[in-house]
Amino acid sequence: MSDPFGQISRFLLDLLTGWGLEPGLAAFLLKLLGAAAMGTLALLSTFLFIWGERKLLARIQIRLGPNRTGPFGILQTVADFAKLVTKELIVPSGADRVVFVLAPILVVMSAVAVWAVVPFAPRFIGTDINVAVLYIVAIGSIGILGIMLAGWSSNNKFALLGAFRAAAQLVSYEVPMVLTLLIPTLLSGSMGTVAIVEAQRQMPFLILAPVPALLFFISSLAENGRAPFDLLEAESEIATGFNVEYGGLMFGMFFVAEFLHAFTVGALTTTLFLGGWLGPGVDRYPILGVVYFFGKSLLVWFTVIWVRMSLPRIRIDQMLAFNWKFLTPLGLAAVIVFAVADKLTPPDVLGRTLILLAGNGLLAVGTLAALWGYARIKRRAAALPVRSTPPLRVSPS
Amino acid sequence: MTPAQIVFLLIAAATLLGAVLVVVSHNLVHAALWLILSLAGVAALFVLLEAALLAVVQVAIYIGAIAILIIFAVMLTRRVMADSGPQTNRNWWAAALAALMIFSGLIVVFMQLPALGATQTVPLAVESEALVEDLGRALVDVNRFVVPFEVASVLLLAALIGSIVVARPPDSPAEGEAAP
Repeated sequence: MSDPFGQISRFLLDLLTGWGLEPGLAAFLLKLLGAAAMGTLALLSTFLFIWGERKLLARIQIRLGPNRTGPFGILQTVADFAKLVTKELIVPSGADRVVFVLAPILVVMSAVAVWAVVPFAPRFIGTDINVAVLYIVAIGSIGILGIMLAGWSSNNKFALLGAFRAAAQLVSYEVPMVLTLLIPTLLSGSMGTVAIVEAQRQMPFLILAPVPALLFFISSLAENGRAPFDLLEAESEIATGFNVEYGGLMFGMFFVAEFLHAFTVGALTTTLFLGGWLGPGVDRYPILGVVYFFGKSLLVWFTVIWVRMSLPRIRIDQMLAFNWKFLTPLGLAAVIVFAVADKLTPPDVLGRTLILLAGNGLLAVGTLAALWGYARIKRRAAALPVRSTPPLRVSPS
Repeated sequence: MTPAQIVFLLIAAATLLGAVLVVVSHNLVHAALWLILSLAGVAALFVLLEAALLAVVQVAIYIGAIAILIIFAVMLTRRVMADSGPQTNRNWWAAALAALMIFSGLIVVFMQLPALGATQTVPLAVESEALVEDLGRALVDVNRFVVPFEVASVLLLAALIGSIVVARPPDSPAEGEAAP
């Protein structure tokens, strides 16, 4: 029972080679099968995530949520999906047909492909590449590309506006996200997700690096494009933005990608900062790791939904200023502080924790002082007596 | 043929096809998309060569940053859907000459590779994790590549500051007059 997935793959490999296939070809087919199973499971789990999110949203808004189809309305998503599948796929006139169809596929691909490097339990991971952190960044940028192409190819002004916002928001928030991804890499000395999880055996990185963990969480919320960062599909401003011309299953793909990404945020935060599948007794019964991993991920996922329901949408200038004037400098400072503090640390766990916590405290105090100074300037400007507006001068020309 | 060879041939064909269509297609966004296919093909070739870091960096920088920047610039500056300008300008012969020179230079380099005459693939002598670590150390080693690395950093910083200076709005006289 220690390695169920390894046993299954060995059994299948023996079976295929027993049928007379070459070992190389059999291994290749097994990899294909594994990738297909992983992608299908991730997409199927979205049925549950959408239902769970709608139920949670309803609870927070003191409603009941879906409660007609099946017990507790759990089949609601299935019914919605059946409706979406039966709808006609309409490509608007003047749209770029190929790009229009390609865009939702790219978005779903980027949402699913991240799961290849997420370790669910010891030895239960799609593929343990040694550059997994960079891979997450690279795959995320393909999703941005899909959203921009969707907006561009729709031949619709609102869709194009949504794509502009997507480019402004998603590309900007990649910067602090990449900076905070450097911190687990620094602390664990590796870019592979398995090594990062193993390095948290003594102390999860959330305790060693609370400030970067929060930064990562905020920037992944923005990457997900949901409230309070849902500017790229602001219904009341630009008529849902980049996906306004999409219907049927093509819209469903954007929908699934967004809801799956909400859980991906939880999974990545768990892997990078909360210790992944680590927990008591996990070395004895590795299958427990799945329970710990999904427990922690669901906790973060719940926080994502909670934030979504609690905060109003921010304005676009606030969104950009928050990123470039607050998150990015803080991320840069965090990288410098952690690079220095990690060099200073004594080898024992307690000393390391204390020094890194001191670094975090320094960051937090510095941030608060900067915010305090900024707020004082703003307050002073607001407290000044209102001058009468100078008369409009038309320059002689 | 082994599966690896079949995969290599497919990827190489897709890369070349994408590269040709970049220069042939009339629509600029389509050209950018074909460029993405070509770059993704190169990334897949890196994967086949067990250079995972290069592959991922290729996707993150060339597809995730440069191609998105190209598409964004096209979206902002051209008319949205209809865009069919002339494909060549007066300097096409210089571009063709430069491409030819780079191609012949690459051929000369390839001919000197010791592995050119090899008939079968040989696994890497070192583990790929160690290679990534060695690359990281080489970039900060005084005896190896620290100078090019720092020069590139300064160049990028200069570009960053330059773009801010260019994008900065000029101090408008109207604002100066309004101040007491």
